[in-house]
Amino acid sequence: MTLRLSAATYRYAGARHNALDDIDLELSAGSVLGVVGPNEAGKSTLCLVASGLAPVVVAGQLSGSVTIDGRETIAMRPHELAQRCGILFQDSQAQLSGTASTVFEELAFGPRNLGLPLRTVIERVEASLEALGITGLADRDPTRLSGGQAQLVALGAILALRPDFLILDEPTSQLDPQGTRMVGEALRLLVREHRTAILVVEHKTALLDQLADRVVLIDEGRLVSQGPTTEVLSDPALAQHGVEPPPRVRVRSALAAAGLVTPREADLLLAELAR
Amino acid sequence: MRSDHGSDPSVADPGGAAGGVPAYVLRVPTGAYRSLNPFTKFVIALSSAIVAFGVRGWTGPLSVLALTAAIAVVAGVTRSLRRFVLASIPLVASILLVNAFLYPGATDVLFTVGPFAATGTGVTVALQATLRVVAFALSVAVFSLTTATDDFLADLEHRGTGRRLTFVVGSAIGTIPAMASRAVEIVEAQRARGLDTEGSIGRRIRGIVPLAGPMVFGALSEVEERTVALEARAFSAPARRTVMRVLPDDGPQRALRWFLGLGSIVAVAASIAGRFPLP
Repeated sequence: MTLRLSAATYRYAGARHNALDDIDLELSAGSVLGVVGPNEAGKSTLCLVASGLAPVVVAGQLSGSVTIDGRETIAMRPHELAQRCGILFQDSQAQLSGTASTVFEELAFGPRNLGLPLRTVIERVEASLEALGITGLADRDPTRLSGGQAQLVALGAILALRPDFLILDEPTSQLDPQGTRMVGEALRLLVREHRTAILVVEHKTALLDQLADRVVLIDEGRLVSQGPTTEVLSDPALAQHGVEPPPRVRVRSALAAAGLVTPREADLLLAELAR
Repeated sequence: MRSDHGSDPSVADPGGAAGGVPAYVLRVPTGAYRSLNPFTKFVIALSSAIVAFGVRGWTGPLSVLALTAAIAVVAGVTRSLRRFVLASIPLVASILLVNAFLYPGATDVLFTVGPFAATGTGVTVALQATLRVVAFALSVAVFSLTTATDDFLADLEHRGTGRRLTFVVGSAIGTIPAMASRAVEIVEAQRARGLDTEGSIGRRIRGIVPLAGPMVFGALSEVEERTVALEARAFSAPARRTVMRVLPDDGPQRALRWFLGLGSIVAVAASIAGRFPLP
């Protein structure tokens, strides 16, 4: 089960410049790929292209290829893509259907579109509510939620479609530390128990530090670097691209710069503190 | 974590068994009139509108007004209905004035106001037209006051209305409060930047431009976002959508719908043919 971008270049309809340029990525079952980069780097476009919505739904020109298990996404219909590759947008309120009276119905929207048996719809909704710890919101009006709650509901709505791949565009941008931890735990559970593959764009590098197996840095639509999470997030060049390193790296750098400990000792100390 | 079904319509079970659906989702309406099937209430409102406008003379609008008033009492919405009556006053007044004083060809003058003369024919036409408009407006108002939008949409969906039509109706209704809320946000943001939107009419008019731009462009942008978001949730899947709420319906209600639908058409046809027995 693999989502692969090969030399993927994307230009929005009517645009003069490519939003993505020559991107090579691979996302496999049970892995988490973090994406970091400054604003306007092309992260959201990467999400649209990786999910197949661009250019199938979002007008534009794609060159190179984006495949799911060897099948080109441009050859797939939107509802097929939705079942293989779920995407969570930055603006979670815009992701809600706007026609559901309760959160329960909002989460049922996607499975109902697929015409699934009612009992399956209910099971999926209940499982998604439970996975995100939002069972208490089930009877609430989706239009009257806080930003963080709406973000969790939008994520739950995608989880209810049970996709193999999850593309998350800043899933915790409106969440407090507790909500961020909750999402992190839910994502880890999906990876561990369901082998879901996740591509997550995040400014909160601390979350990626704990969640991602690999991280890619993109800037101006191009892939600047990629590698194991610890390696990429410890790269001093990260800050030059407007990305704040995770607290672990900053503390390590500060201790080393002050001459209190060696980088190796700092790592051991931080590992001990983390335990 | 593969989909355990996919999009094969053959394995879909769009039937309406409510087993396991939480009570807060089912929301079965209660009360003598409110508990009627939404489609029955819709047919009552529709046939009322047909009779109010289609049956000539006094009988059409007066019978609809009487029926609507009786329903309002039974449903307990008379107090809420007053707002609709008050809201229709400007329209009613304009219809009365224009027809009473300016009805073409009428010569039976009742009284004059300056250069204008009110005629008996004009007043009669004006009263009938007013009654028709009020009867129509109140029958629609009673429908909206006694029927939750999502009940009506759920019932339409259960009857096989396409998901696109149902979604368009639902989101159009939902858009009105959303747009109003956005307008307030934009006005507050503009005020925070020093734009004066209160006071004289000139100032208020000048305030419309900075409001309209963000409103229109924001709405267009939202439509695009919403389209992409819907596709990401399998909105265009070919299977028939699973029905989650089935609102109660029965034989007598079906008979009533047929009776009202056909009855209103027959009444209008008889009225047009000049064979309607009442004035």
